[in-house]
Amino acid sequence: MVTLSDYAGLQPTWCPGCGNFGILKALNKALVELEIEPHRVLLVSGIGQAGKLPHYTRGNVFNSLHGRSVPPAIGAKIANPDLAVIAISGDGDGYGEGGNHFIHAARRNHDITYLVHNNQVYGLTKGQASPTSDTGFVTKTTPFGAANPINPISLAIVSGASFVGRGFAGDSEHLSDLMKSGITHRGFSLIDILQPCVSFNHKNTFQWYRERVYKLGNESGYDPSNKQAALGKALEWGDSIPIGIIYREELSVYENQLPALHRGPLVTREIDTKRAESLLAEFI
Amino acid sequence: MPVDFNFMVGGEAGQGVQSVGFLLAKVFARGGYHVFADQDYESRVRGGHNFFRVRVSDGRIGAIAEVVDMLIALNRDSIELHQVELATGGITIFDGEKIKDIENNGRFFSVPLEKLAEERAGDKVMSNTVALGAALALVDYDLNILNTVLVEHFGKGEVADSNITAAKFGYEYARAEYKGDFRHLRPLSTTRRMLLTGNEAISLGAIAAGCKFMSAYPMTPASSIMEYMAAKSKDLDLVMVHVEDEIAAINMAIGAGYAGVRAMTATSGSGFCLMVEGIGLAGITETPLVVIDAQRPGPAVGLPTRTEQGDLQFVLHAHHGDFPRAVLAPASVEDAFWVTVKAFNWAEKYQLPVIILTDHHLASSYATVDPFDLSEVTIDRGLLFSEKEEDPAEYMRHRVTKSGISPRAFPGLGRALVVTDCDEHDEEGHLTEDAGERTSQVQKRLRKLFSLKQEIGTPRWFGPQKAETTLIGWGSTYGAIREAVDILRKEDANVNMLHLSELWPFPTEAVADVLGTAHNSYVIENNATGQLARLIKAETGRDVSGKILKFDGRPFTPAYVAEAIRKEGC
Repeated sequence: MVTLSDYAGLQPTWCPGCGNFGILKALNKALVELEIEPHRVLLVSGIGQAGKLPHYTRGNVFNSLHGRSVPPAIGAKIANPDLAVIAISGDGDGYGEGGNHFIHAARRNHDITYLVHNNQVYGLTKGQASPTSDTGFVTKTTPFGAANPINPISLAIVSGASFVGRGFAGDSEHLSDLMKSGITHRGFSLIDILQPCVSFNHKNTFQWYRERVYKLGNESGYDPSNKQAALGKALEWGDSIPIGIIYREELSVYENQLPALHRGPLVTREIDTKRAESLLAEFI
Repeated sequence: MPVDFNFMVGGEAGQGVQSVGFLLAKVFARGGYHVFADQDYESRVRGGHNFFRVRVSDGRIGAIAEVVDMLIALNRDSIELHQVELATGGITIFDGEKIKDIENNGRFFSVPLEKLAEERAGDKVMSNTVALGAALALVDYDLNILNTVLVEHFGKGEVADSNITAAKFGYEYARAEYKGDFRHLRPLSTTRRMLLTGNEAISLGAIAAGCKFMSAYPMTPASSIMEYMAAKSKDLDLVMVHVEDEIAAINMAIGAGYAGVRAMTATSGSGFCLMVEGIGLAGITETPLVVIDAQRPGPAVGLPTRTEQGDLQFVLHAHHGDFPRAVLAPASVEDAFWVTVKAFNWAEKYQLPVIILTDHHLASSYATVDPFDLSEVTIDRGLLFSEKEEDPAEYMRHRVTKSGISPRAFPGLGRALVVTDCDEHDEEGHLTEDAGERTSQVQKRLRKLFSLKQEIGTPRWFGPQKAETTLIGWGSTYGAIREAVDILRKEDANVNMLHLSELWPFPTEAVADVLGTAHNSYVIENNATGQLARLIKAETGRDVSGKILKFDGRPFTPAYVAEAIRKEGC
C-alpha cells in the first residue's frame, strides 16, 4: 500500500504561506490515492519555484532547464511508457520560455500530465511580470504596466490538448481530484493551477481567488466534452473564475501511433547489433 | 591502364539531375567499380543550376575530381558553366533539338533527349533517363545492369518500364549515331559493395549501435538522417520524433537518454546554435547523448546547401562552464558508420554528450564501401547499478567515484530513484549550493575526461613515417588530402599526412610529436581561419607552418590541395 510517508521528500525552501505547499500536498495525495509508487513516477520540472517541487516529494526526478520541462518528459515517456510522467512548470517557465513546447506537446497529444503553477509573477527572480500577469500589473521590469496576459486554458484547447483543467492551490482537495483525472487521462493533460504568491503578487491573493473561483462539476450541468462551451469557459476571467475540468475528450495519443512501442517499452528491449543486417543489403 | 573516369550531370532543379547521378553511381558500383559521387545544388526546389559528379575508378577513391570526362548537360547552363572543366578528349551529351547553336563535333554529341522521351517512353520528363542510356552506350557499359537498377529504384511497374524504354532508346540512338570510339568502361566484376552517403552511414551506425530514439528538426544537410530513421522506425525498436524546434530536439533526446535508451539528434550549425543549452544539460546531468552537427557555411543561415568545416571551435566550446564532452569527425563514409558506433559507446560509458562533426560534403556524397561487418560492432553501456548487489534505497545517481563515473540506474526499471538536476546537485541528485559538494561534483565530472582521453586512438597516417612536409586535416577532407599526397609523391615531393577523426579529448602527444619532427606542416581546412591550427596551438603550444584554407562553400579536390602545396614550394 502506498502512503503519504512514501512521498515525504526534502524540506521545502518556499516562502511560508506559499501556494506551492497546497500544490505539493495535492500531488502527493493524488499519487497515494492512485496507488502509484514513487519509483513508477517521473517528475520533470523546469526552473522557478515550481521547478523545485520534485525535490520536496519523492520519485524519479529530472529537474531540467528553464522552459524545458516538457521535451525531456516526452522523451522519457516514449523511452518508457510504463512511467507516470508528470511535467511541472511555472507560468514563466511553461508559458514564456517553454511556450513553443507547450503548444506542440498539446498538438501532438503526448501522454504526459503538465502541471503549471500559475502565480502570475516571477518568484525566483523576485517579482517581475510573467506571461500571465494581469494587464497593467506594475513590476520592476514593467514600470508602465504588464501587457495583456495569455490565456493558457484557451491556448491549450485550440492547440489540441485533450484534457484541460484549472485548479486552485487554496483548495487542495479539489486540486488533488483534478490531478488524479489528469494523470489517469490518456493524452496530454494540462492543469493550470492558480497559485497565490505571498511575496510578489499582492493583487491575486488567496482572498482574491477565494472570492472568485467556482467549481465546474456534474451538478452545474457543464459538459467538458463540448469544445465550443469549453472555449467559452476558458474565456471567463475576472469576477468569476471556473476551476475543474474545462475540456476533455478522447483523442488519438501520439505514443499509440508509434509501432515500436507496441512491442513493449523501448528501454526494456534488448539491443541487437544485427538488426542493421537487412538494411545493409538495401545499399548493395 | 587504371580507370579513373568522371561523369557530370548538370541541369536545373526538377530535371532529375539527382536521380540520373544516383543511378549512374549505382550501375557502376554494381559493375564492381569504386565510386565517389557528390551533389552540388542550390537552396531551391525548381530552377537554378545543379550538378552531380560521379567519379568511377577501378581503385579505391575518396574524393571528387575536377576534370570531367563526360558532361551530361540537361540544359544550356550546364554546357556554358562546365565546358571549362571538360577534359581533352572529353564529351558532352546534350539535346541538339533544344540547343541548336552547338555543333555536333568530337566534343559534343547531340541526342534528341526530349523527343525520344516523349515519343518512345511517353513523357518528356524521362529526358534524363534517355541521356543516361546514351551515356552508358558511349562508354560501352552493360544496359542490363541499368534495367535491374531502374526496377529496384522505381519498383516494378509502369514507371520502371517507361524508364527502361527511355534508357533503351537513348542507348540505341547513341550506338547508332556516335561514330567514334569514346571509352570502354565495361563491368569489372560482380563484387558487391554498398553505395551510400555519409548520412546513411551515420544512420546505419546509429541503428547498429542500438539507438532507439531520435528527435530532430529538419535542416540541410542533416535532414536525411531523420528521414532515414523515421522510415525504419516501423520495423525496428526505434522512434523518431519530428519536433517543433532544435531546442525541443536536444532536450527530448536527453529525456530519452535519462530514461535509459540510446538517443540522438542531428542538425546543422545554426540548429546547433539552438541546441547549445542542451549540451550543458547533458553535461551536468551526466546524460548520454549523441549530437550530429552536419556543418554548412555560416554564420547564421550562410550557404544552406554547401559545405564548410566552420563549427569546430564552436562545438568544442559550446555552452558555459567546465564539463567534459567528446568531439568526433568521421573521415569518410565508411568511417561515419564506425565513428557513430563509437559515439554511442562513449556517450554511455562516460555519460556525456558526444558531438559528431560532419559536413555537407560528407553528408550528401556517395561512396562505395565494403559491407560493414556487424560482428565488429560492440555495445558498451558503461557502469550500471545492480539492485541485486546493492540496496536501491542507497542509490545515488551522482555518487562520487575515483573514475568520476557513477553507476547508472534507469527510472522505473527498479526501485532505485533516479534523481538529477541541471542545478548543481549533491550525490543523490538534489540541488545544492554547498561549496564542497559543488567542488567535488565538478571534479568528478572532469575526471571522466582523463579516462576518455586514454581511448583516443593515434591519428591516421598516410605516407612515410617521416617526411619533410606533413599535411594535417580533420574530418571529411581525408580522401582529398590523401590523394593529394599521392599526386605530390609521384612528383617526388617528400610529403605525408596526419588526419584527425577524434578531436576531443585532443590527441596532444601524437600531434605534438609530429610537429616536432616535420620540417613543414600545413593544415588543410574548409574554413576561413584555420580552426584546427588554433586547436593544435592551444593544446600543443606549436604553430603549423601554414594553412591551406577554403571557405567558398565547395569541397577540396585532390588537385586543389596538391596545387596549393606546390605553390608553397614544398
